[in-house]
Amino acid sequence: MESLTRTIQAVPLNHYIFLSAIIFSIGVMGVLLRRNAIVIFMSVELMLNSVNLLLTAFSVYRGDAAGQVFVFFIMALAAAEVAVGLAIIVMIYRNTNSIDINVLNRLKW
Amino acid sequence: MIKVFFYLMAFITLASALVVAAGKNLVRSLFMFFVTLFGLAGLYVLALADFVAVTQIVIYVGGILVLILFAFMLSGKEALNKVSVQADGFISLKNAPALLLAGLFLVIMFNVVFKAQADNLPWVQAAISNQNIMPVNGTGINHIGVNLMTRYLLPFEVISILLMLALVGAAHLSRKPKEDEV
Repeated sequence: MESLTRTIQAVPLNHYIFLSAIIFSIGVMGVLLRRNAIVIFMSVELMLNSVNLLLTAFSVYRGDAAGQVFVFFIMALAAAEVAVGLAIIVMIYRNTNSIDINVLNRLKW
Repeated sequence: MIKVFFYLMAFITLASALVVAAGKNLVRSLFMFFVTLFGLAGLYVLALADFVAVTQIVIYVGGILVLILFAFMLSGKEALNKVSVQADGFISLKNAPALLLAGLFLVIMFNVVFKAQADNLPWVQAAISNQNIMPVNGTGINHIGVNLMTRYLLPFEVISILLMLALVGAAHLSRKPKEDEV
């Protein structure tokens, strides 16, 4: 038990933050570069997940579980976002026969 | 020992996340996302958030990823192939602005972290010296439940209503259009 309490201190908080920053940047890169709508969705999920990781890492040092509660809220929001987004993607696929976002330039101007 | 686990998990997560974001094969990046989510669940366990880790696996892997998989299966194979063929050359001049933007974003975030010195923040130091960190005796779930039903009851209900609205909206969006409507 005593060794478990030191678990979180074995890894410095900075490393969690760096890891989250890198995962977030990978998500940003995926959103900006890829043209497949599904991959863009997964990249957005990556960004949300990196924020979740940061919330849990910080909540340990606060000594209460409030940060983890917010993780659940973010997960619920992600579920809502994915449900609506995938419905839109399926409709787009039905109408244009493609999920390439470059096809969807009619709302551009 | 714990450090080894942490860096192993971090490496798995980062590598699979890179494949997700930059891989050419959509199927491969989809299944690599499984690996990413499991790696993140392991990291949650190391951050003493075991309940979050289980929820991550149940909601993300069991719910969201299966939903994405369904959308992928529903959209045809040939359309996906067309997309992947067009996306030739990940590092090219056309992609340079986006790569530059993401890289600069990373640099800025690292800069902020170095400036902030998170390990030396006053309240973090105080928490460590006062042993005011979350105990690992299984009461974490208790805390979460009590918090969710007392302090955060209103956000909880609002989120549930939002989720219901979103699901109804999704069902409405993806319905088959009626004949006279088209």
